[in-house]
Amino acid sequence: MKLLWTLALKEIRDGMRNRWIAAAIVLLGILALALSLLGSAPTGSVNVSDLDITVISLASLSVYLIPLIALMLSFDALVGEFERGTMMLLLTYPVTRWQVIIGKFLGHLLILFIAIFAGYGGAILIMMLLGGSMEGWQSYSMMMLSSLLLGAVFIALGYLVSVLVKERATAAGTAIGLWLLFVVMYDLLLFGALLIDKGQLIGQQLFAMLMLVSPTDSYRIFNLSMFEGVSQAAGIAGLASEAGMSGTLLLTVMLLWVVVPLATTLLVFQRREL
Amino acid sequence: MVESDTASNVITLQAVSKRYNNETVLHDVNLEIQSGECIVLVGHNGAGKTSLLKLMLGLTRPSSGSVEVLGRNPAFSAAVAQRLALGYLPESVAFYEAMTGREVLTFYAQLKAVNASECEKLLALVGLGDAAKRRVGTYSKGMRQRLGLAQAMLGNPQLLFLDEPTTGLDPVLRQHFYELIDGLQKEGATSIISSHALNEVEARASRFVILKEGGVVASGTLDELYKQATLPVHVKVIVKPGEASNVAGRMGAGVTISEVNNQSFSLSCFKEEKMPIIRHISSLGEVVHDMQIMPPRLDELYTHFMNGDA
Repeated sequence: MKLLWTLALKEIRDGMRNRWIAAAIVLLGILALALSLLGSAPTGSVNVSDLDITVISLASLSVYLIPLIALMLSFDALVGEFERGTMMLLLTYPVTRWQVIIGKFLGHLLILFIAIFAGYGGAILIMMLLGGSMEGWQSYSMMMLSSLLLGAVFIALGYLVSVLVKERATAAGTAIGLWLLFVVMYDLLLFGALLIDKGQLIGQQLFAMLMLVSPTDSYRIFNLSMFEGVSQAAGIAGLASEAGMSGTLLLTVMLLWVVVPLATTLLVFQRREL
Repeated sequence: MVESDTASNVITLQAVSKRYNNETVLHDVNLEIQSGECIVLVGHNGAGKTSLLKLMLGLTRPSSGSVEVLGRNPAFSAAVAQRLALGYLPESVAFYEAMTGREVLTFYAQLKAVNASECEKLLALVGLGDAAKRRVGTYSKGMRQRLGLAQAMLGNPQLLFLDEPTTGLDPVLRQHFYELIDGLQKEGATSIISSHALNEVEARASRFVILKEGGVVASGTLDELYKQATLPVHVKVIVKPGEASNVAGRMGAGVTISEVNNQSFSLSCFKEEKMPIIRHISSLGEVVHDMQIMPPRLDELYTHFMNGDA
C-alpha cells in the first residue's frame, strides 16, 4: 500500500510541476462558472433550479473535456517510460508490475479528482457567495462524481493505448482517435444509422443498448435523466427509465469501461519484455 | 557439477538462450557466479552483455534454459522481495527529468524502503550534494551517471549489476567511481560489471566472461585466460652497438625476431620457450646490455578471443 502511494505521489507531483493540475482546475472552474452564470438566464420555467440547468450544460461540455484531459494525462504514462528507459530501472526495484499500473492509475485519478472538485466545486462556491441557490446540489454532486468516473474510463483507455503502441507519437495519435471515436463519432454514426434505418431494424431496445455500451453516452444519460429537475429541464423526462436504464446500470457500464481496459493493460504489461 | 556448488551460487545460468523474433542474441550460456565475486562481462557492442544482465534482472525471460538469482527465477513476481538486495545501473541511465536529483533518489529509496537520511549520505558520497536540488533535466552525462550509481547503491545491495558504468565519466570520476564499488565489494557484495574498458577493471575483476555474438567464448581469471590463449611473450634485447643482427641470428628456432636495428631487437616466443631463451641470452655474456620482458597485454588477449581463434 505504501508502495502504491509512493508511485501515485510521483504522478501527482509530476502533474503539479508541469502545471497540468493548475491548468485543468482553471479550465474546468471557468467553464463551470461561466455556464452557471449564463445558465441562470433561461430559467423561466417551473421547478427548475439554477444548478439543475448548470448540470445540463456542464455535463454536455464535460463529456468532451474530461475524456480529453484524462487521455492527455494517461497516453504517455507507459510508452513514455518505455521510450525514455525509466521503466526498465523502475522494474528492477521491489515493485510488481501491477503495482506500477495501479499506482499510476491512483495518481492520475487523484489529479483528476483535484481538478474536477476544485474546478467545479470552486465554481459552485463562488456562485453561493454571489447569492445563488443551492437547490439541486445533489445532481451537481453526482455530476462531479460521475465526471470522475468518466475520467477514470479514459485514463484506463489511455493506458491501454500506452501499453500497446511502440512510440509516444503513435500513442498521442491513437489517443486523439479514441477521443474522436467515443466523444464525437459514435453518436454521429448511431444517429446516422437510425436515420437510414427509419426504425425498421433498430428498435427502441437495441437503440438503448447501443447507447448504453458507450461510456460517454452512459455518462450523458446518467446526468441528464437521473434527477427529476434536470431531466425535466433537459426535456428528456422519463426517457432513461422507459428504456430500462437505472442509474446503477449506467454507472456499472462505466465501471466496466474502467476495469476491462485496466485489466487488459495489466495483462499486456505482465508479458512485456523490456 | 556438485550439488553444493550450485547451492552456494548467487547466480546460476543453465543453457540460457534468448531470441527476439528470429534474432538470437544469446545462445547456450552457462554461468555460475559465487558470492563476493566481481565478474566482468567483456565483448563488443551487441555481443549480448546487456541482454545477459536483463535476464539476470528478470526484465526479460530466457527463450530456453534457466536463470536463477539468489535461488529464484528473477522474472517471477515471487522474486520481487529479493530486489531489495539488488542494485542496477543501466547503460546510459535515464531518470524522470522534471524531478530534482534529491527527489529522484528519495523516490527510489521509498520503493526500497530505505531511510531518507541514506539518500543525503549517498548524494554527498557521489558528489551531488550541491546539485541535489536541481532538476535532473539540467544534469550533465557524468552527473546522471553518478546519480545512477547512487540509486544502485541504495540499501547496501548484495548484488550489483553495472552496465558500462564509467562511460561519460572523466578519469578522476572513474577512479572515484571504482573506489565506491570497491567499498561495496569489501562488504561482501557480488558485482557483475559489463565493460569494454578492460584496463580499468583488470585489477578488480575476480573473473572475466568474454562474450562474442551471444555466446561465451572464454571465462576465467586473467591467468587462466592467458593460459588458454597461448599468447606470445615479447622480449626486447639491447646489445652492444652494431651487434644486434649478429646476436639476433643466434636465437635459434621457435622464436620470431622483429624490429632489428643497430643496438636492439625484439623477439616473441610462447611461454614454454620463454625461460630457455632467457637463459640462452644471459649466457651470451657482455654483448647483451639489457633485456625487457613484456607479458601479453590485456587488449591482445581480448583481440585474441574476439578474432575467434580460441
